[in-house]
Amino acid sequence: MTVYDLSKNSQFNVLTMPEPEREINGVYIGDLLSWVMGKAQYDNVWITIMSNINVIAVASLSDVSCVLLAEGVTLDDEVLNTAKQKGINILSTPLAAYEAAVRISGIM
Amino acid sequence: MNEVLNFHFNVDGNDFTSAGQASIQIKKNLRRLGLDPETIRRVSIAMYEGEINMVIHAHGGEADVNVYEDRIEIILKDKGPGIENIEQAMQEGFSTAHDQIRSLGFGAGMGLPNMKRYTDDMKIESEVGVGTTVTMQVNL
Repeated sequence: MTVYDLSKNSQFNVLTMPEPEREINGVYIGDLLSWVMGKAQYDNVWITIMSNINVIAVASLSDVSCVLLAEGVTLDDEVLNTAKQKGINILSTPLAAYEAAVRISGIM
Repeated sequence: MNEVLNFHFNVDGNDFTSAGQASIQIKKNLRRLGLDPETIRRVSIAMYEGEINMVIHAHGGEADVNVYEDRIEIILKDKGPGIENIEQAMQEGFSTAHDQIRSLGFGAGMGLPNMKRYTDDMKIESEVGVGTTVTMQVNL
């Protein structure tokens, strides 16, 4: 499944999707950034409620396939622009992290 | 290839939002050299954690990445307050970061453990009131 496939689900809204063909191989949920860098795997969807600029650096360095902002969290324009520049896919969902993960599992 | 390739960065200690510039640049440079993605991931994450530490604790510092034929060496040098008890600092979950840092998602006490986890060798030299130098090696 790709990020584009995920974005077609009505519960997942695209904030920016510069690399729609990135593969998804699983999910990691977490808000502590160092924890995420230590544990998230290449090509995971990273579900978080954090939305500051450091999220973009962490997503880029840990090579996740996309960031999924849970619980309706939104992003500042500045953060969104940085994500676009760095080629980081960002989706949002009104769902809580657990529900979002269950849904992704169902689609996979 | 016997010569060493060196990348040098000054890490700005005043701008927490731009922390990570050096690591992201290194990631790009290593990609250009054609290294495998997992090695690049390990080097750039270890370096990012170090960069964040320098910004949080030491008002910035200097970072050097040396690419040898068989390994990549990362040297992070600061003139910050130093680490009083290195063994304690290495424990997962131990942190001296303040609340503002924690609210940004850092300060979980995972920085140094992650640096150790993602590298093949890590040495910390630190003197209280003088500064800290962290040297990491990732084998190729």
